[in-house]
Amino acid sequence: MLKSKTFLKKTRTGGVMKIVREHYLRDDIGCGAPGCAECGGAHGEPALEPQPQDQASSLWPRPHYLLPDTNVLLHQIDVLEDPAIRNVIVLQTVLQEVRNRSAPVYKRIRDVTNNLEKHFYTFTNEHHRETYVEQEQGENANDRNDRAIRVAAKWYNEHLNKMSAENQLQVIFITNDRKNKEKAVEEGIPAFTCEEYIKSLTANPELIDRLACLSEDGKEIESGKIIFSEHLPLSKLQQGVKSGIYLQGTFRASRENYLEATVWIHGDTEENKEIIVQGLKHLNRAVHEDVVAVEILPKNQWVAPSPVVLQDEGQDEDDVEKEEETERMLKTTINEKMLRPTGRVVGIIKRNWRPYCGMLSKSAIKESRRHLFTPADKRIPRIRIETRQASALEGRRIIVAIDGWPRNSRYPNGHFVRNLGDVGEKETETEVLLLEHDVPHQPFSQAVLSFLPKMPWSITENDMKNREDLRHLCVCSVDPPGCTDIDDALHCRELKNGNLEVGVHIADVSHFIRPGNALDQESARRGTTVYLCEKRIDMVPELLSSNLCSLRCNVDRYLYMLVHKTIVITILTDSHQQMLSAFTHRLAFSCIWEMNHNAEILKTRFTKSVINSKASLTYAEAQMRIDSATMNDDITTSLRGLNKLAKILKKGRIEKGALTLSSPEVRFHMDSETHDPIDLQTKELRETNSMVEEFMLLANISVAKKIHEEFSEHALLRKHPAPPPSNYEVLVKAAKSKNLEIKTDTARSLADSLDRAESLAFPYLNTLLRILATRCMMQAVYFCSGMDNDFHHYGLASPIYTHFTSPIRRYADIIVHRLLAVAIGADCTYPELTDKHKLADICKNLNFRHKMAQYAQRASVAFHTQLFFKSKGIVSEEAYILFVRKNAIVVLIPKYGLEGTVFFEEKDKPKPQLIYDDEAPSLKIEGVVFHVFDKVKVKIMLDSSNLQHQKIRMALVEPQIPGISVPSEISNMDINEPEEKRRKLEK
Amino acid sequence: MAGLELLSDQGYRVDGRRAGELRKIQARMGVFAQADGSAYIEQGNTKALAVVYGPHEIRGSRSRALPDRALVNCQYSSATFSTGERKRRAHGDRKSCEMGLQLRQTFEAAILTQLHPRSQIDIYVQVLQADGGTYAACVNAATLAVLDAGIPMRDFVCACSAGFVDGTALADLSHVEEAAGGPQLALALLPASGQIALLEMDARLHEDHLEWVLEAAAQAARDVHTLLDRVVRQHVREASILLGD
Ligand SMILES: [Zn+2]
Repeated sequence: MLKSKTFLKKTRTGGVMKIVREHYLRDDIGCGAPGCAECGGAHGEPALEPQPQDQASSLWPRPHYLLPDTNVLLHQIDVLEDPAIRNVIVLQTVLQEVRNRSAPVYKRIRDVTNNLEKHFYTFTNEHHRETYVEQEQGENANDRNDRAIRVAAKWYNEHLNKMSAENQLQVIFITNDRKNKEKAVEEGIPAFTCEEYIKSLTANPELIDRLACLSEDGKEIESGKIIFSEHLPLSKLQQGVKSGIYLQGTFRASRENYLEATVWIHGDTEENKEIIVQGLKHLNRAVHEDVVAVEILPKNQWVAPSPVVLQDEGQDEDDVEKEEETERMLKTTINEKMLRPTGRVVGIIKRNWRPYCGMLSKSAIKESRRHLFTPADKRIPRIRIETRQASALEGRRIIVAIDGWPRNSRYPNGHFVRNLGDVGEKETETEVLLLEHDVPHQPFSQAVLSFLPKMPWSITENDMKNREDLRHLCVCSVDPPGCTDIDDALHCRELKNGNLEVGVHIADVSHFIRPGNALDQESARRGTTVYLCEKRIDMVPELLSSNLCSLRCNVDRYLYMLVHKTIVITILTDSHQQMLSAFTHRLAFSCIWEMNHNAEILKTRFTKSVINSKASLTYAEAQMRIDSATMNDDITTSLRGLNKLAKILKKGRIEKGALTLSSPEVRFHMDSETHDPIDLQTKELRETNSMVEEFMLLANISVAKKIHEEFSEHALLRKHPAPPPSNYEVLVKAAKSKNLEIKTDTARSLADSLDRAESLAFPYLNTLLRILATRCMMQAVYFCSGMDNDFHHYGLASPIYTHFTSPIRRYADIIVHRLLAVAIGADCTYPELTDKHKLADICKNLNFRHKMAQYAQRASVAFHTQLFFKSKGIVSEEAYILFVRKNAIVVLIPKYGLEGTVFFEEKDKPKPQLIYDDEAPSLKIEGVVFHVFDKVKVKIMLDSSNLQHQKIRMALVEPQIPGISVPSEISNMDINEPEEKRRKLEK
Repeated sequence: MAGLELLSDQGYRVDGRRAGELRKIQARMGVFAQADGSAYIEQGNTKALAVVYGPHEIRGSRSRALPDRALVNCQYSSATFSTGERKRRAHGDRKSCEMGLQLRQTFEAAILTQLHPRSQIDIYVQVLQADGGTYAACVNAATLAVLDAGIPMRDFVCACSAGFVDGTALADLSHVEEAAGGPQLALALLPASGQIALLEMDARLHEDHLEWVLEAAAQAARDVHTLLDRVVRQHVREASILLGD
């Protein structure tokens, strides 16, 4: 214990406020090499290999460990993650610096370190008696850390030498800092730059492409001409922002025009909220999403947002001059009234680069290794990369990371990270849309998986603490078919006093995911499970989502396991059943009400529980049981009770003004072998859908009340703000054109007027109105109760609401479970749970992730729609107009639930006569008037003229307008060159 | 910026200690000749001075005298320069009163008060520098001072704090660790019997974890006892050499 240990104490003093901290130095920190007699059995297992053989470096053929400095770790993490790189010593000094500078890289390092096959070892050098160094007078923190790293490297070499001289085992210091490297060599430490070392690994030539190209050491780019003005240093920027000379904001590049961007100024300033930046030099190397400092230009240099669409087509540096011409062209289109505050970027406060998906534009020069990469996101500039595999990468989707953007370079420099596969391939495109929507989808790391319960898992006495045994209840789950991550189950029974007891039982995920560990952090980061057309990106590892937590009953679960192991057993024997019964008991978090037959809640209680699901039904199966006159078993009785109450609850909710809105939800029927979509189907709603939904809503509301009662300042709630009246204009006008009145003063009147808006001649009109109403709504968001006053949920007409019922697929529910568990004394709290700022941060991330998940889902539907129409060819379908625009109509095709835009203005075509009436609203094209809700016929086809951005195009078929509409029957014409040719012929 | 990492993946705390390790403890007895007993202790950067007068007759109102035992009077104060921000605390502010009360409870449990009925024992503790675990340092200093005064006690009273981070119980929290806001527990223990003289806890902690944190604090308190015992023996040895001269 303490006595035997020698402690030296060092103190650190600094700042205006005197801070004295203790810093203990120890002599019991191991070096990580196995078989080291001196370190003996020092704590933990050694992580390094005794004889690292596999790295055959031509520079250093003897066995060695690598010791990278901070910058190598930060910038070359792509290389370090490669399986070929092993036996790396990560110093605590380096790790701390990385932690302070980049949270994503820090996380990646931790994941690598936890992967035993990589043999990464973290050496706590700052607390090692022989490797600690004190900051000298006049030495800055960076130099001190560099020195600390060299001291540790030197110590290692002496230490390894002592261990066994004949092994010749050495540590190689990897640094890209020239001075630091020189110093290291002087001190007798073998040192190389990352590039030198990676190039010396002759067995792994492909690693070179993954090197980040850092221009710091003046890697010359042909033309030495300076294009951009210098970025000011951070200290000057901060001063400038403080004194008001510069404004700080987020840089948002324009999608349409690569020479234009908007900077959204941070803070609450009303004035100069949005600054326009125009022209290459003023954009000054800022990349979309960077946090930048801008200087506002004098008023005579202000510009208007240009209506021109400009795509960067350049390939050479020479284009800079041509671009200047284009810029001038932008400015000639000025209209005095349109002028907006205009500025120029003077410096970068924080880069927000991420790896980008895109495609290689191979250089015209055959032997060139330098190529331009075109990102899929049009807001990101092209990136110059060096690669030897250009031919192999052509026509593939690849990932590239930006390394830097020197002043003399037209494009940023980057490096190749990964090949995703052929463009248009389903897997590739799915990967792209996940990456582009920032959906974390990598397999769960070892560190995360290590926190899963060990299998085979069964309920122990410990799990039963604070838990009620509800296994005797007749609980069942009702879900869509094929659902494996079932998180809710229900029961209903009559009590002796004649009242009804209804229970909602939610998978107790927070029992398995403990606060703060890697599993929890990863789930918090993912925020939500993302459902794509034929893929599910889980928020928690599958063991939890589909096995331990999923509330399915036994047989189903077993079958599912079989499917996954691709073993085919068709007969379930009794012994199987018995074997499985041990697993069928599930931990749940239950919300139990006592209700009278009018569905009025008399009592509410919450408890952690263990349940035994008696059946997992689909909506259709449950409906069938309810409707069947012959079935009278416990499950069916329970379902009937639930259904009856749900109807009363729903009626009550609607009376309060809850909205039933509509959005055309589409499902694809997949071909079981090719996995190509063969048909689309819109979702069918059964009574049982709304039965389950009703009780979920009720549980969410009850829980929201409870946690807000207990934690008024830090309850995680969900609100849905009422939309501003102006949002409804479109809806009201559209209804008016059909002689219907939509009232929007309250939610109740909106709901009522929507109900009344029926047309016998046009039954689909009501659905269309509801679709429009949905578009008027605001986004519902998570928030922390201590940071907001308005809790109202407009859509559900509830004064308070939260998410409790889907903890397997939403992180918000996990937090809510934890809050509720603390509130009822079933689990313990932790500091972050009751910190409202931390909670607000969590909400921010969750709102972002949910939004992104939604976008990714839409993109997935869009891609599958493309696949569908690719195989189906060109079709003509009936459609309804949803909106009219100045030069286009937006239509909905009910058959496919597909929405698209029919443009009436095309490049290189004479403009038709268009008269837009905002009041009606209507659009008159060559004498033909289009109103909202008009029925039209459109042709749907796939436009693949741009390989990277394929899209569905729609053209008008009926009503016929000469020169505008297209005939309904055309043989498979090449749609990439639309009507043009034909039109010429006509002339 | 990333917050402070209280416990690294390698199992080291911010100052380099492992979870169960105490900070360096240094103590001296008999530092203040005018008093009946006195002691000075350093636990890491937390420094406390304790002075004991008594047992003596009741001062002030006689009615406070207890017929069967001694009255223990504890007063706590902290030097203005003891914390990072200099703050002049009015004498007898809420925090000082509370601390005084806790100390009194602790020592009433340890001192054999029935040996000195109708008398009074004064314990004054001043914290000179606060870097976490002030209560523990005060108790430990006061124990040494009471021993120095030759007042009989059931046993040493040894105190230590403990916290809970990432599923691990940390012993003897420093100021940095306390400031992170996790649950904290302060324990005063009579090591020989294992009796608890005082147990205080801030923030919510689940009862499942209480056992671990309590055990960590108890083990730390026993470690403190080993060290204090050594200080006392050393002091006695020095005193006897002086007497011998
Ligand atoms: Zn060693």
